[in-house]
Amino acid sequence: MRIKDHPIIDFQRGKQVTFSFNGRQVTAYEGETIAAALHAAGVRVLSHSHKLKRPRGFFCAIGNCSSCLMQVNGEFNVRICITPAREGDRVEMQQGRGEIVEKT
Amino acid sequence: MKKPEIAIVGGGPAGLSAALSAVRQGAQVMLIDRDPVLGGQLVKQTHMFFGSKKQYAAIRGIDIPQKLLAALQEEGNGKFDPRVNTTVLGCYDDGVLLLDKEDRAELIQPWKIIIATGAAEKMLPFPGNDLPGVYGAGAVQTLMNVYGIKPGTRVLMIGAGNIGLIVSYQLLQAGVEVTAIIEGAPKIGGYLVHATKVRRAGIPILTSHTIKEAYGCDSVEGAVLCNLDEKWCAVPGTEQSLAVDVICLAVGLTPQTELLWQAGCEQQYLPELGGYVPLRSEKMQTSLSHLFVAGDAACIEEAGSAMVEGKIAGLFAAADLGYAENVEALNETFSRELEELRSGPAGAKIRQGLSRLKGGAQVC
Repeated sequence: MRIKDHPIIDFQRGKQVTFSFNGRQVTAYEGETIAAALHAAGVRVLSHSHKLKRPRGFFCAIGNCSSCLMQVNGEFNVRICITPAREGDRVEMQQGRGEIVEKT
Repeated sequence: MKKPEIAIVGGGPAGLSAALSAVRQGAQVMLIDRDPVLGGQLVKQTHMFFGSKKQYAAIRGIDIPQKLLAALQEEGNGKFDPRVNTTVLGCYDDGVLLLDKEDRAELIQPWKIIIATGAAEKMLPFPGNDLPGVYGAGAVQTLMNVYGIKPGTRVLMIGAGNIGLIVSYQLLQAGVEVTAIIEGAPKIGGYLVHATKVRRAGIPILTSHTIKEAYGCDSVEGAVLCNLDEKWCAVPGTEQSLAVDVICLAVGLTPQTELLWQAGCEQQYLPELGGYVPLRSEKMQTSLSHLFVAGDAACIEEAGSAMVEGKIAGLFAAADLGYAENVEALNETFSRELEELRSGPAGAKIRQGLSRLKGGAQVC
């Protein structure tokens, strides 16, 4: 799903990083957001509605709409559409509303 | 508490231009943006701009932030303080701003504030509109123009305004098929030059059409369209199904006015300008004298006018602080630029909306 040849933009992709999503290894390029890398890997369902459990994807991709909230390295409700993917990140689909975790 | 002379919230076209204008007058400016890079939505606009040379016509949107930033670095003289990765969480009635930078809070009390927070995309109500694969046009642009990732393989575009037309063309450039562009109105809203380009590429533009529903199990697999009559009611029996995996919504924008509401600015609902907009004078000053506004947060328009509004807001915010050199002449130039941008049939809606703005604020 990554664009290779583009008439206007020359995509300068950084070096590759690997993170885990629900235990599966996903490759991203440095500077890419978690949501972008997941999309490139074919993941379109990012969360579920609280009541009816309907699948949710992203909508705005700029941190406004909150339909991409996930648990990242233990922290709940992370907007993955504006969070860069980093080597070794542990990303999980979030169940429920999450809770406040004290940062150490 | 830090007291910068002017704090600007939002580093898109309006905020960057406001910063440059204020710095040129001699004021000290803190420019705050939640993103890691300045430029706002310009970073995904791969098309060339229209308008006049003063608003960077014939230059691609993606190249404009560097030009403004270079000027700010050169003319800033230590007076330009950009703060990225910083979100403004609060704008209080005593003029205090609450900033959040990577989970650390800071309060500042600027003498003047310019709100240039831009816009959010509108949603369209239809069954299945929450399915993954229903994306805002901005999200599609972010994926393909910033990260180089195709949003899908077959796209239905909803809305034939300039954004719908331009993003359709950008999808083609990215190698993605656009099955159709549908538009509820009986005619195309965007510029003919954009419409002609996508039609020439073989994309049908179906006016008086709407989406009845999106279907799919875990994500979009298709859409049902139908015709609309002259009263915008669905015509029974005209349903048709299209197999698509992306439904892209380009149905308009609405000003992001949360901070202005919180501060207590007076606002007015004007659909022509995108929804609730702050009342403001021709100086872009709101009902609160320390608070100015510019760009899509003030009224949904194009980046060109956002930049000019930024220049005006920056000029008068600085003038209020005593940096009053050449204000009248500069304002005359800027006002004329705005007037030119809003002249002609494309600006009719904006002119009408502004003429209805309470207090007779800004009428061209």
